[in-house]
Amino acid sequence: MQNAEKILLPGVGAFADAIKKLRETGLADCVLEQARSGKYMLGICLGMQLLFEKSYEYGQHEGLGLLKGNVAPIKGYIQADLKIPHIGWNALHFEKEHFLFKYIHEGDCAYFVHSYHATDCKDSLIAWAEYDKPLTAAVAKGNVLGCQFHPEKSGDVGLNILKAFCEVKA
Amino acid sequence: MITKRIIPCLDVRDGRVVKGVNFEKLKEVASPVELAKYYSDNGADELVFYDITASAEGRALFTDILTEAARNVFIPLTVGGGIKCVADFERVLSCGADKVSVNSGAIANPALVKEAAQKYGDQCVVISADIKRVGGAFHVFAKGGREDTGLEAIEWIVRCVGEGAGEVVVNSMDTDGVKGGFDLELLEKVCNAVDVPVIASGGAGKTQDFIDLFQKLPKVDAGLAASVFHFGEIAIPDLKKELAKNGIIVR
Repeated sequence: MQNAEKILLPGVGAFADAIKKLRETGLADCVLEQARSGKYMLGICLGMQLLFEKSYEYGQHEGLGLLKGNVAPIKGYIQADLKIPHIGWNALHFEKEHFLFKYIHEGDCAYFVHSYHATDCKDSLIAWAEYDKPLTAAVAKGNVLGCQFHPEKSGDVGLNILKAFCEVKA
Repeated sequence: MITKRIIPCLDVRDGRVVKGVNFEKLKEVASPVELAKYYSDNGADELVFYDITASAEGRALFTDILTEAARNVFIPLTVGGGIKCVADFERVLSCGADKVSVNSGAIANPALVKEAAQKYGDQCVVISADIKRVGGAFHVFAKGGREDTGLEAIEWIVRCVGEGAGEVVVNSMDTDGVKGGFDLELLEKVCNAVDVPVIASGGAGKTQDFIDLFQKLPKVDAGLAASVFHFGEIAIPDLKKELAKNGIIVR
């Protein structure tokens, strides 16, 4: 990881298992060290959720704490009779301008699959998707970035986000 | 708001795409990898690869093709056919599949859905049911539609969702291949019974069939079809324009 130019933190599965594995293998400390050194990193889906302080997925678990905010169930947050997980293509609404969006447009769709979402993360929120209420879609704070959707499964829109991430100079 | 999904299904046998009309008379279409790439570049929201091979050689060929497709296609990929145990999930997921659809395998091994959902997450497990009317009831069929299991379809689907299936593909054998529209009666029953995404399959013949599907049953999440897309009878970009004109939200 020390030799890498940039870091991708992917992830599918449960928060508790993932953070436990990162800590057991020493990768958690390594990620934190790299983040503090200013290296660009992008968390994807669960990988984005791990960047926050706390998750309430089956209990309460400490995250990496690189971003302010928590991860909570979508159930109970949205009121409409909508399906959970939030699965499928949903439009991105930009909260702030960001280099990740250099090659895409407001309203472009990305592919989401998740039952939990990031909350209380106003200072890092850069994009959201509407599912009865706004759901955190992308976050950024300096060199630490994340997207809830899967850019690697979001066709050209996703590839263009990854391109912008790859191009940014440290 | 979440968009309605349009999903082409590629039946693959011995490395080629085929489409069965009423599950018989298989006709060859094209290279699965090329076709997958074509669909991904032309508005498909997701792809289903269905392995209808019986032989071990065919299976190895299928996993090679799947790997190649996953390297070239950047939309969600669901794989089905011949999924009998958790090791089969592992086999196709390691090739790059995002979701795995089970049908006969779940009927033969009722613990499979639960085991797979616990290991890979609900979002990864799709229950696919071939359903046909038998004496006024809806029955689940196994083995590519050749065997009546006697299972009542809605009960079966509810049970699978309860055990962790994160999506349901409802394939109506009565409307499949007929091109007279989706089986709205059956789909409505399924939509009222489960709260996970429902994918309609079997019966698409024209654009209006998709409009009817989403307008009459707003709870249906996706429409799946094969031959109408493979033979160019419906072009997905045109279909989406028509859906949008009719107030249906698409990508």
